[in-house]
Amino acid sequence: MGAAMTKLNLLVALALVFGFADKTLAEDAHAVKPPKQMKWSWDGPFGQFDRQQLQRGYQVYKEVCASCHSMHLVSFRNLSQPGGPEFSEAQMKAIAAGVQINTLDDKGEAFDDKGVALQRPGTAADRFPSPFSNELAARAANNNAYPPDLSVITKARPDGSNYVYSLLTGYSDPPAKFELLPGLYYNAHFPNHQIAMPQPLATDDQVTYAPNAGNPAATIDQMAKDVTAFLTWAGEPKMEERKQMGVKVIIFLVLLAALLYTAYRQLWKDVDH
Amino acid sequence: MAHGNYSYKPTNAFMKWLDSRLPIVRLVDESVLKFPTPKNLNMWFTFGGILTFMLAVQIVSGIVLAMHYVPHETQAFDSVERIMRDVNYGWLLRYMHSNGASMFFIAVYLHIFRGLYYGSFKAPREVLWLLGIVIYLLMMATGFLGYTLPWGQMSFWGATVITNFFSAIPLVGESITQWLWGSFAVDNTTLQRFFSLHYLLPFVIAGVVVLHIWALHVPGNNNPLGIDVKGPQDTVPFHPYYTTKDGFWIALFLIVFAYFIFFNPNFLGHADNYVPANRLVTPAHIVPEWYYLPLYAILRSVPDKLIGVILMISAILIWALLPWLDTSRVRSNNFRPIMKQLFWILIVVIFLLGYLGAQTADDSNLVFFGAELPIGKLLLSQLLTFYYFAHFLVITPIVGLWETPNPVPESISKAVLAKKNGGAVPVAAE
Ligand code: HEC
Ligand code: HEM
Repeated sequence: MGAAMTKLNLLVALALVFGFADKTLAEDAHAVKPPKQMKWSWDGPFGQFDRQQLQRGYQVYKEVCASCHSMHLVSFRNLSQPGGPEFSEAQMKAIAAGVQINTLDDKGEAFDDKGVALQRPGTAADRFPSPFSNELAARAANNNAYPPDLSVITKARPDGSNYVYSLLTGYSDPPAKFELLPGLYYNAHFPNHQIAMPQPLATDDQVTYAPNAGNPAATIDQMAKDVTAFLTWAGEPKMEERKQMGVKVIIFLVLLAALLYTAYRQLWKDVDH
Repeated sequence: MAHGNYSYKPTNAFMKWLDSRLPIVRLVDESVLKFPTPKNLNMWFTFGGILTFMLAVQIVSGIVLAMHYVPHETQAFDSVERIMRDVNYGWLLRYMHSNGASMFFIAVYLHIFRGLYYGSFKAPREVLWLLGIVIYLLMMATGFLGYTLPWGQMSFWGATVITNFFSAIPLVGESITQWLWGSFAVDNTTLQRFFSLHYLLPFVIAGVVVLHIWALHVPGNNNPLGIDVKGPQDTVPFHPYYTTKDGFWIALFLIVFAYFIFFNPNFLGHADNYVPANRLVTPAHIVPEWYYLPLYAILRSVPDKLIGVILMISAILIWALLPWLDTSRVRSNNFRPIMKQLFWILIVVIFLLGYLGAQTADDSNLVFFGAELPIGKLLLSQLLTFYYFAHFLVITPIVGLWETPNPVPESISKAVLAKKNGGAVPVAAE
């Protein structure tokens, strides 16, 4: 599903690849560079997420992206559900408790008598808190650009998983003569090649992965892959359940079709048609 | 004609009692189970059954979705996502419903073009054909209304573009549009009434389907040879012959449906509809669902909005004239060497229009598989639109008079027997 392109984008991509590739793209420095085509563990009808990768991806989201981007459709409890990062119940509760959530007191007040927002530790049922209280505040802090909610971002962009990975690893110096507007950054995968998001993953080891067996080095590329995996899961948390059921349903339907076919041939044997 | 030698005989005292008071079992027995059906129907004739099945799928999944869906501009988008995440098998319901709509339209297009090819619209089936057009129009409306409900960017902007068609009507257009919106723009009031109507229309469709099937049961099914049923030797009872045969094709159809639901659920949709509706940001490229694309191309082929809208509506309504525009004595294109080819040309034209409907609305040259064609998109869509209408208004009546059809077999049973023995098909005496 992550690698799925809408038919329209397939056409656009075809037009880009065949139509403009040799001439227009070279001329027009603003044409969007198509996403890199990656191999993901969740591709294909039997694809699954890599639990360790989702756990690392959550860490990248929490330590880097969450300072600008909300994910308001995801709850802490999702982190320990089957088909996801599958943190243990205790780990998930500890993660939730480590986050402060705005709350109301008995009288329904949201602030104490000094005007400070009342807060409590998070619980499994809480959704991920948003870094800004509203869109205006988010824009004010981000050069008037709005960091979109990332809950369904991989479904909200064509070829979403590949796109997010390509965007995160697509920062570079602008080509000569490119006029970059102040406060924007050059990224060939973004429309018009200028994005208001500063390169979020800029140095290796920006996030310190636990020295678990099997955890790779936290290179920029690895962090980008891991957070892409996490965002893909967050957009489609029932993907594994869906594909597993799909395999069973297709097998059932093939058997049913075979049975009906035999019945129909048997019945029609003596009818000229 | 559909008069078989079958009649219903109640088997016990209770059934006799019921039959003399409410002959419902008789109705089912005579009009479904024993209904005499031509024995030469091919797979293209199973789409009626598939459509009935898909209508049931949409109604059942839709009713359960409606139990969890919140028709409010601030909550609709999140409520659909909550269905996908927190409702038991909600993802299944939602993907069944959204892909079900596409499968429904695939089936209805195959069903309609089957009718076109085999001349099923010709006498005595005109009313059946007209009711089919009514169903198709209602489906278009239902699909459009449903697509607004998740309240993503395409929902909102699609609704804005489509409702704006009405503003093309001279004098009263503006008032009609605002009356539809219930407001001065597409907003919460619009969403709520669209939800109400989206819930209503499928049941209206179900009602018209009953009329459609009733109108089918008077003359009986058409068939690939396009000739009338001459007697019981030409038919078999619907059950068990066609229940198993259609059942097999429905199972194959469901495999395709299941592929989309389980392995590629967003392929037929548009990524922008996972971005919540935002009236301040217009998407770079507003495209309708794939099933409207040929009509969308016709709409955009003329710069004048009113004429575009009239052309688009006429493109469907013209089908209603077809029984009277087609002058041929013969129904099935199997016996019409010229019309058969023109049929396939029409299909290609409609596909090309669909392709153009998905392109950006500018007059650049068409780029097709790498090659820049020396023709502007606008000009090409004008030519194709012109051909589309010419096919029905000019070509169909003229070819029907001028073409000499191949000889038509005398009866279904003789034709199938000849086919079995590998001999020549006996021809009806002129
Ligand atoms: C300093 C704040 C900041 C951080 C940290 C940040 N972003 Fe962003 N992000 C933004 C802003 C601002 C935008 C909007 C850019 C625009 O519209 O030009 C954005 C846009 C995006 C987009 C959408 C691009 C599009 O197609 O519209 C994605 C995807 C994204 N960020 C992913 C991430 C990920 C993943 C991380 C963590 C690794 C991250 N961001 C960290 C500020 C941030
Ligand atoms: C002719 C039959 C129907 C068709 C063609 C149809 C089509 C659609 C479409 C295209 C959508 C948008 C799907 C998406 O992109 O998410 C939709 C959504 C919806 N429909 Fe229907 N529908 C039908 C019948 C019904 C019925 C009978 C009901 C209710 C009783 C219903 C309730 C809903 C609801 C609640 C939604 C919003 C949830 C969602 O977007 O998934 N539908 N419908």
